[in-house]
Amino acid sequence: MRLRLSQREALWAFAFLVIPLAFFLYFRILPAFQALWLSFYQWHTDPSQRNFVGLEHYARLLDDPLLQRALWNTLLYTLLGVPAQIGLGLSLALLLRAVPWGRELFRAIYFAPYITPAVAVAWVWSWMLSPHFGLVNELLSLLGIPPQPFLQSPAQALPTVTGVVVWQNLGFQIVLFLAGLESIPRQYYEAARIDGAEGFQLFRYITWPLLNPVLVFSVVIGTIGYLQLFTQVVNLNFTDQGGPLNSTLTLALYIYQLAFLRFQLGYAAAVTVLLFAIILFITLLQLKILTRRVEL
Amino acid sequence: MALFLLLMGSGVMALPFVWMVLTSVKPFPEIFELRLLPRELTWENYRIVLEETGFLRWFGNSLLVATLTTLSVLFFDSLTGYTLARMRFPGKQVIFVLILSTLMVPTEMLVIPWYVMSAERGWINTYWGLLFPGLITAFGVFLMRQFFETLPQDLFDAGRIDGLSEFGIFWRIGLPLVRPALAALGIFTFLGNWNAFLWPLIVVQTPEMRTLPVGIALFSGEAGTAWNLIMAASSLAVLPVLLVFFFFQRQIIEGVVLTGLKG
Repeated sequence: MRLRLSQREALWAFAFLVIPLAFFLYFRILPAFQALWLSFYQWHTDPSQRNFVGLEHYARLLDDPLLQRALWNTLLYTLLGVPAQIGLGLSLALLLRAVPWGRELFRAIYFAPYITPAVAVAWVWSWMLSPHFGLVNELLSLLGIPPQPFLQSPAQALPTVTGVVVWQNLGFQIVLFLAGLESIPRQYYEAARIDGAEGFQLFRYITWPLLNPVLVFSVVIGTIGYLQLFTQVVNLNFTDQGGPLNSTLTLALYIYQLAFLRFQLGYAAAVTVLLFAIILFITLLQLKILTRRVEL
Repeated sequence: MALFLLLMGSGVMALPFVWMVLTSVKPFPEIFELRLLPRELTWENYRIVLEETGFLRWFGNSLLVATLTTLSVLFFDSLTGYTLARMRFPGKQVIFVLILSTLMVPTEMLVIPWYVMSAERGWINTYWGLLFPGLITAFGVFLMRQFFETLPQDLFDAGRIDGLSEFGIFWRIGLPLVRPALAALGIFTFLGNWNAFLWPLIVVQTPEMRTLPVGIALFSGEAGTAWNLIMAASSLAVLPVLLVFFFFQRQIIEGVVLTGLKG
């Protein structure tokens, strides 16, 4: 009787899982392997004419100047954007905890860009950053700073795009840090104060180490986000996608261009495999750091 | 001091929204003058966007796709999360790890096979083509599983004694108890799909099938320097999102906290 009950439960469980499992196998796992498979073939719309080229695409990865540009840019975005959004996010979260009123309103204002369609954000910013009629240059001129080309200059385009993305992600960071700060027991601070710690010491020896899991999470999520940067890059320089001299080209945009503008799906798939490898590496690294923290 | 810095920051955060709305009510020649307030207020830009572009159609497409995806995600993610958390059956752990592992695969890697698949099956430029990739999400399954795990077993046993079916236990006992999680997941799924750009850009071919983000992106390309029109279209695209945000602020903030601290 007991066995039959458990069998009944198992049958129900499988019935509940049939559709979701089929979905994950067919639309998530199978396509991941198909991408790998495609990366060994020369793409052709007629399946019978897709020739096996082995590792040719991967060899091409090694000396493709545009890919190197995209990789280098993606690294720059990450190195500029992740520390900026974490530093600003943490500072603003600490400030928010210090003000007596209006906390919810401020939080809402900072958070709004995060859920705003990236396309709309990109268009507003590219209008405000326009070298001739842009509001930003107008404001700079009030401070006596000469007009800047921003998105139209190979040197300034990438930092400018990063700035817009940081602006958009800031609210997310602030909310995460606020929750992290909230979870630190007050007694720790009280105990430290009794021991004579104050101001920056409290931050250095209590806040910072206890905030570590949130920081690791933010770094990893931020990095993966910048690795997949697409919408803002496309729309901020719409007529010149990838920016002047490809100065804002990202891996995701390069994949899109290869696959859907040049229809080199095989080679594009090889680039996606590279992207997957990088994301896998970062995720494993995160797991490792977080579990080590827990053990300590 | 803190207050002053926060006010400055809020200015920077809000400025693009303010500028967008102000530009959208200016007549075309005035937009290059860089006056903050419009000399002459006009609704003409909105009229043009609403009447002479595909805006309403794109809005409807986005609404349809985001709503259907959200309903599907809410149902299947919670059912799957419930099954993985509360039911006993062989292979449970393997299935869970299998689903979770898909989180590491970047969308860029999947869109190429999805495109090939869609082309071969005639899904390009259809609603099904827009919908299918998002119908069930690994993240949502994970989130719901975490929630169902925290509930006491007694509640479910009581349902069993009362003679509820397995589905009845999930539907009548499980679901009402995880309402906050459902709200957070639903809002995030809706916003995510409302704002989605990469896949809709790939799968859509004709102007009628565009979703709102694709519509305004391509429309702005076509509209060139008609910034007043672009800003009117952007304002209309941002408005529903901000409305959703102000109504569901608490759930959204809780959702971020959940994803960040438990994820």
